[in-house]
Amino acid sequence: MNTVVILLSAFVISVFGLFVFIWTQRRGLLDPSPRAAEVIFAPGEIGVVEDPAGTRETVAKLQAANPSIIGSGHAEELAERARADASTAPLVFFFLCCAFAWLLVASAAGLVASIKLHEPDWLIGQAWLTFGRIRTIHLNAVAYGWAPMAGLGVALFVIPRLLKTPLVGARYAFLGAALWNAALIAGLGAIAVGLGDGLEWLEIPWQVDILFVAGGALVGVPLVLTLLQRKVDHLYVSVWYMGCALFWFPVLFLVANIPGLHRGVQEAAMNWWFAHNVLGLFYTPLALASVYYFLPKIIGRPVQSYNLSLLGFWGLAFFYGQVGGHHLVGGPVPGWMITLSIVQSMMMIIPVVAFTVNMHGTLEGRLSALRYSPTLRFIGFGGLMYTVSSIQGAVEALRTLNVVVHFTHHTVGHAHLGMYGFVTMVFFGAIYFVVPRVSGREWPSPLLIGAHFWLAAIGITIYFISLSYGGWLQGVAMLDASRPFMESVTLMLPYLKARSIGGALMVLGHLVFVLHFVLLLTTKPSGRNQPTLLQAI
Amino acid sequence: MHDETRLLAGGMVMLAIATGALVVVPYMTVRDVPPIEGLKPYTNEQLRGRRQYIANGCVYCHSQQPRSRNFAPDFERGWGRASVAGDYAYDTPHLLGTMRTGPDLLNIGARQPSEQWHLGHLYQPRAYVPGSVMPGYPYLFELKDKADTGDVEVHLPPGFAPAGKRVIALREARDLVAYLKALDRTYPVIPAPKAVRTVRTPEDPS
Ligand code: HEC
Ligand code: HEM
Repeated sequence: MNTVVILLSAFVISVFGLFVFIWTQRRGLLDPSPRAAEVIFAPGEIGVVEDPAGTRETVAKLQAANPSIIGSGHAEELAERARADASTAPLVFFFLCCAFAWLLVASAAGLVASIKLHEPDWLIGQAWLTFGRIRTIHLNAVAYGWAPMAGLGVALFVIPRLLKTPLVGARYAFLGAALWNAALIAGLGAIAVGLGDGLEWLEIPWQVDILFVAGGALVGVPLVLTLLQRKVDHLYVSVWYMGCALFWFPVLFLVANIPGLHRGVQEAAMNWWFAHNVLGLFYTPLALASVYYFLPKIIGRPVQSYNLSLLGFWGLAFFYGQVGGHHLVGGPVPGWMITLSIVQSMMMIIPVVAFTVNMHGTLEGRLSALRYSPTLRFIGFGGLMYTVSSIQGAVEALRTLNVVVHFTHHTVGHAHLGMYGFVTMVFFGAIYFVVPRVSGREWPSPLLIGAHFWLAAIGITIYFISLSYGGWLQGVAMLDASRPFMESVTLMLPYLKARSIGGALMVLGHLVFVLHFVLLLTTKPSGRNQPTLLQAI
Repeated sequence: MHDETRLLAGGMVMLAIATGALVVVPYMTVRDVPPIEGLKPYTNEQLRGRRQYIANGCVYCHSQQPRSRNFAPDFERGWGRASVAGDYAYDTPHLLGTMRTGPDLLNIGARQPSEQWHLGHLYQPRAYVPGSVMPGYPYLFELKDKADTGDVEVHLPPGFAPAGKRVIALREARDLVAYLKALDRTYPVIPAPKAVRTVRTPEDPS
């Protein structure tokens, strides 16, 4: 009885609160005029496709697939955009180089951890290579290396474009990024020698965390300065997501890492509040902001419904923060907290559907663009996986299903669908777009982009399907007390091996990606490729 | 007011609500629950062992939170009664875990009190449980030609000891096993104290 009351009131209060809030925000943000959605285009530019990752021919085909009237773009605004790009170029380039390095470190560690789960006697002589440490190195290199370096790099590129203002104070961000990377190296070293904190997602010792805080704050400085000098009236959707993410993360990180503050089961609640919010309020908004910017930009058509964007944004901001308790279903934590988290997990379906409908509407009739734009292919795939992984996550939170999958590899499959299928794929796409703009060179080989895409897409599909299915069987076996525990261990073996194969394809894709980047840097621009930066002016 | 001020203020309020629900209220209600009678504080040796448990990432394969009998058959598997907040009064950092590649360990000390078994299992799990995917931890042991006085020698099942060598447990391994043996929450949960009662869901009594 009691639970039902709690459940209902949580539901009612949250929805009521949210709508009151959106209502108070409607002016300015909920601007019914389509102008707000059009700020990503210069006057007259709607209808012009943009994909710096494409070749001349594919861009021409992309444009031909776009039936709307072609504008040409206001020369002055385009020049302004080029200036915004130029102001961020060295900084973004630095972030992306770091992202590439961490991508390789992280995925190599992930593959080693994966193989160890079915070859337990492999590489056990050295302490730092033991499963518990290499797995943690993988997670931290992904969580504090690849994802933030790529996400912040893209944000630093996009925000000045959206504010139509050159980036102010880039040198702070340089210093910040240097500190951040130094912190990560120190943190991974600490984990490798066994000095981790012991909290999942928060393993890096608090002494090192101080460096992260300083580094992160310095990266934030130019964004705030630029925001203060902005030249546009409308803050585009992407700015909401990126701006809030940059303020949410420091709060999460700080509260979670203060030594001595948390204890016992309260610490567990805090732990999953943090871990889920890093996903939901940091990587997810950075990736969604990228989708909201690049997808319309590439096909040259504004986002279909600005109001849906608003619902998607505030829905995410409100519901996502409270879902962390679903990692502790059945655990020794207050029951109301878990119930609240389950309810809000289901409510997440609202913003997810809002996003999905919106993107579907924007792409409608332009699906052929996926064929011609390499960037869009990655971003389209990623956007779709946002929908799939969010719905899966919401359903997984329900007690009846959670009791099966909670302690199994099924959740690891889900984690990769979100972090890889969605976030990582979107960042891949964004990087394909950004690199030509910041380096002034073009990707030398469409073939390599294709290879990367298919290796990543097939790899994650194998990864996800094998772990989801195997993990389900594992959970069912564990719930049947008449089957010995070891049955749940041995039945996973073929699925764990399949995961290693999927993972190996993903790693191969990353190697292709990085190799391609190196080729881009080392080969001289060929005749057909004028530096894109100049082309834009 | 500027758009960005409103945006950020709104965003921070949203986060504050979530933090209130998931951090502040638990802080006020379950952070300082008293230990349940029967739960002993860890000794120094056990605490050092707990550090080893953390350093080697046992938590990524082992949970420490049996669920209640009407939810899942954890008790039937021999993992113990559903745990309550008071069981973790001495646990910083918490090691509840979210994965059961291996069994729950909250009561492993009661289930398996043999130091020799634990040491040997840490050295080579497959010597005791064929098909186990738990990694061995040979770096917590030392191979010697003959044991010195004071050495704790591990007697492995035939065929698993390295030929002609003796396996000696390093202090790290002995500490870790001391911790594992201390994992024993088989004492009863006395139903009376209110602080403890509030931490179970009504539909989920232990
Ligand atoms: C890769 C996952 C994995 C890691 C990491 C791991 N274990 Fe295990 N553990 C297992 C599996 C699977 C079993 C069940 C088979 C067996 O008993 O070996 C198990 C069983 C056990 C058992 C026996 C449980 C019982 O009910 O009989 C103990 C004790 C144990 N592990 C302790 C540890 C400790 C201590 C560590 C860290 C040093 C650790 N494990 C790390 C997977 C793991
Ligand atoms: C760069 C892209 C990747 C991202 C963003 C990513 C993300 C993550 C995350 C979030 C987790 C934590 C999951 C959890 O605890 O539930 C994780 C764990 C893991 N990942 Fe990845 N991953 C990536 C690539 C890979 C690759 C290529 C492999 C290779 C097979 C891999 C293998 C693993 C393994 C084995 C674990 C540990 C799971 C466990 O504890 O049982 N990951 N990863």
